[in-house]
Amino acid sequence: MRLQRQEPAERLVKYLEAIRLALGELLEHDPRVFLYGQDIAGTFGGAFKATKGLAERFPTRVLNAPISEDAITGIAIGAAQEGLVPIIEFQFADFASIAFNQLVNHAATMHWRTGQTCPMVARLPVGGTPGGGPFHSQMVEGWLTHHPGLVVVAPSTVADAYFLLKDAATCTDPVVFCEHKYLYYHLAADFDPRRAEHLPMGRAAIRRSGTDCTVVSWSGMVHEALKAAEVLAGEHEIECEVIDLRCLRPLDADTILESVARTGRLVVATESWPFGGVTAEILAVVASEAFQHLDAPPQRLAALDTPIPFHPALFAAHHPDAARIAALVLETVSF
Amino acid sequence: MRTVPVASTVPDELRLAHLRWMILARVIDDRLATLYKQNALAGSAFLGRGQEALSAAGGIYLRPGDIFAPMIRDQAGRLAFGEDPLDVFRTCLGRRTGNTRGRDGNVHRGVHVGDRRQLAFISHLGAMVPATVGALLGKRLKGELRGTDTPVGMVSIGDGGMAAGAAHEGLNAAGIERLPLVVMVANNQLSYSTYNDRSFACRHLVDRAAAYGFTGRTCDGTDADACLATMGLAVAAARRGEGPQMVVAELLRLAGHGEHDDASYVTPELRSRFGDCLPLTERTLKNQGVIDEAGLAKLWDEARQISQRAYEQASSEPEPDPAQEDWCAYSARNLRSGL
Ligand SMILES: Cc1ncc(C[n+]2csc(CCOP(=O)(O)OP(=O)(O)O)c2C)c(N)n1
Repeated sequence: MRLQRQEPAERLVKYLEAIRLALGELLEHDPRVFLYGQDIAGTFGGAFKATKGLAERFPTRVLNAPISEDAITGIAIGAAQEGLVPIIEFQFADFASIAFNQLVNHAATMHWRTGQTCPMVARLPVGGTPGGGPFHSQMVEGWLTHHPGLVVVAPSTVADAYFLLKDAATCTDPVVFCEHKYLYYHLAADFDPRRAEHLPMGRAAIRRSGTDCTVVSWSGMVHEALKAAEVLAGEHEIECEVIDLRCLRPLDADTILESVARTGRLVVATESWPFGGVTAEILAVVASEAFQHLDAPPQRLAALDTPIPFHPALFAAHHPDAARIAALVLETVSF
Repeated sequence: MRTVPVASTVPDELRLAHLRWMILARVIDDRLATLYKQNALAGSAFLGRGQEALSAAGGIYLRPGDIFAPMIRDQAGRLAFGEDPLDVFRTCLGRRTGNTRGRDGNVHRGVHVGDRRQLAFISHLGAMVPATVGALLGKRLKGELRGTDTPVGMVSIGDGGMAAGAAHEGLNAAGIERLPLVVMVANNQLSYSTYNDRSFACRHLVDRAAAYGFTGRTCDGTDADACLATMGLAVAAARRGEGPQMVVAELLRLAGHGEHDDASYVTPELRSRFGDCLPLTERTLKNQGVIDEAGLAKLWDEARQISQRAYEQASSEPEPDPAQEDWCAYSARNLRSGL
C-alpha cells in the first residue's frame, strides 16, 4: 500500500489521530454527542486506540458497552430520538453483521417511515491486513449501501478521516463511517484542520487528473490506485484520473460520468468481494449513462470470491494491489 | 420474584379509568377486525383482545416525559398513554394524514402527544428493547433522570419476543446502566402458533429478571386489579431510581395472531385455562359497587362513539399519492438533491 509518508515524523498527523481529534472536538463543542462502544472508555481507549484519552476528558460521555452490537446500535437509535448524537464504535466492521437489523431496518427506515430523523454515526474499522483472517478484515459497504436511508462513507485520507467524521456527526441521517484499519497507523499527513480544505460529504474527489483512463476506488484501495497511476505514467506514459469516492451512498455518479466522458475508459478497484456491490453499481451507471463515451469495456478489480484468508501469502493473493490495478488499466487502454 | 397480593390498594377512580381504556381498546380492535373482513384495511389487523388489562395498566401509569415502546397488542396501553384513536384509524387505513403517511401501517405508528413519546415499532421482535434503553440513556445524558421521581421507559414484549437476541442484549444493557426501564412481558402462551415449551426452557420468564439485574414481578394478566397493582409498583420503583423492572403477566391471546389467522392450533385445554379480562373486570367492579349496569353501558356507548367518529374522519381523509412522494429516504437536504 502506498503511503503519503513512509516514516511519519512527529509533526505529521496519523489517520487514527485525525479520527481521535475529530471525536474530541465533537465532544467538546456539541453536548449532544456521546461515544458508546466496546473497550472505548477508561485509560484503554479502544482496540485501536481511537478514543484514547477521551474518557478522561469526558468521563460521562464516553461509555463502555457490553458485547452487544445489536443493542449498541439500538441504543444509539433510541438516544438519537431523544435528540442526542451517538457515535458508536464497532471493534471490527465484521461484527456489524450482528447490528445489521438495527442499521438497515431501524436506523435507515426511521426518517422515511416516521418523519423523525435518526442522526447517529456508526464507526466501523474495515479492511484487510495480513493475518487478519476471515472475521477481522471485511469491507461492509456492499451490503450496507444496498439499503436506502443509510449514508456510507469511507475516507482514504487523513483530512477526510477528520472532516468526514465531523460531517457525519452533523448529518441528520444515520452514517456508517468506514475507517480503514491499515491506514490507522500507516497513513500520516501534514494536516492542519484550520488550513485544510475539504469537499462536502457526498462528493467524490479527483486525487490525480488524467486523460487516458478513469480509475475509481475508495478507502485503502485509493492508495494502490495512486501507486498504479504513478507507475503507469512513468513506465507507459498512461495518465490515469484517480477518483476517490469518499462517500459510497449517496454515490457521486456525476464526477464519475464526467471523468469517463473525458477518458473513455474505466477501471473500478476495491478490496471488497466481486459479486454485486459498489463496483457493480458504478459499472451499471456508466454502462447505461455513458455508453457513448466508452472506448473499452468498463472493468472492475475486486478481491477473490472467497472469505478473506489468514496467511499473509494467501491474503496477498486474495487482495488487489497496485500491480493488478496497473495490469487492468493497461488491458483497458490497449483494448 | 414477587407476586403482588391481589388485595388491591388501587383507588376506584383509577380502576374506572383503566376499565374505560380497556373498553375503548376492545371497541377499536373489534372495529379493525370488521374492517379487515370487509377488506377495507391497507394490511392485516393485530388485536390485543384478552390483553387489555395488562396493557392499559402499563400505559395508565405513564406520564408526559416518559417513553413507551408498545408492541402489537397494546391498543389499550397506547390509548391510556394519550394516543388519539384518530391516529389508529389513519394508520390502519394507510391515510396520508397518519403518523406514517401510508408509508408504514398498523402497529408501526409512533405517536407523540406533546412530550408523551411512543417509539415507532419495527417488526423485528426484541429490537425495541435496546431502542427504549437508548432513549433512557439519552434522558440520563440530558440530565433528566436525577432524583427520585424520574421519567421511565416502558417496553412491551411477548413470550416469543423474549427469545430474540436483541431483547437479551437490551435487557443486559439496561441492567448494566441501571436505567428506569419497565419491561412489560405479556406471556399470552403463544408466539404465533408456538407454545411456551418451544420458546423458553426456564421455569418462568420472570426468572430472567434476576439474571439481568432487574426486579421481577408476576401477575395474573386477566385480573385488572392485579395488573394495576403490579405495574404500579414496577413503575413507581423505576421512578424512584431502583433500577430496571420486569413484570410478567400470564394471559391468553383471544384472537388469531392477526386477523388472517384462525388460531386453530389453540387447544380447548389451553383455552379453558384463561378467562377474558374485560368481562372479568366488569363483573368485579359491579360486584364491588364501583360501577353499575348503566355506568357500564355508558362507557361502551362512549367508546363506540369515539371509535366511530375517529373511523369516519380517518376514512374521509386522503390516501397517499405516489406522484406526490419524493421517494427519497434521506432527510438531509444536501443528500436528497442528488448532489
Ligand atoms: C425477529 C422476528 N422474527 C419473526 C417475526 C414474525 N412474528 C411476528 S409476531 C410473532 C410472534 C410473536 O410472539 P410474542 O412475542 O409472544 O407476541 P404475541 O404475538 O404473542 O403478542 C412472530 C414470530 C418477527 N416479527 N420478528
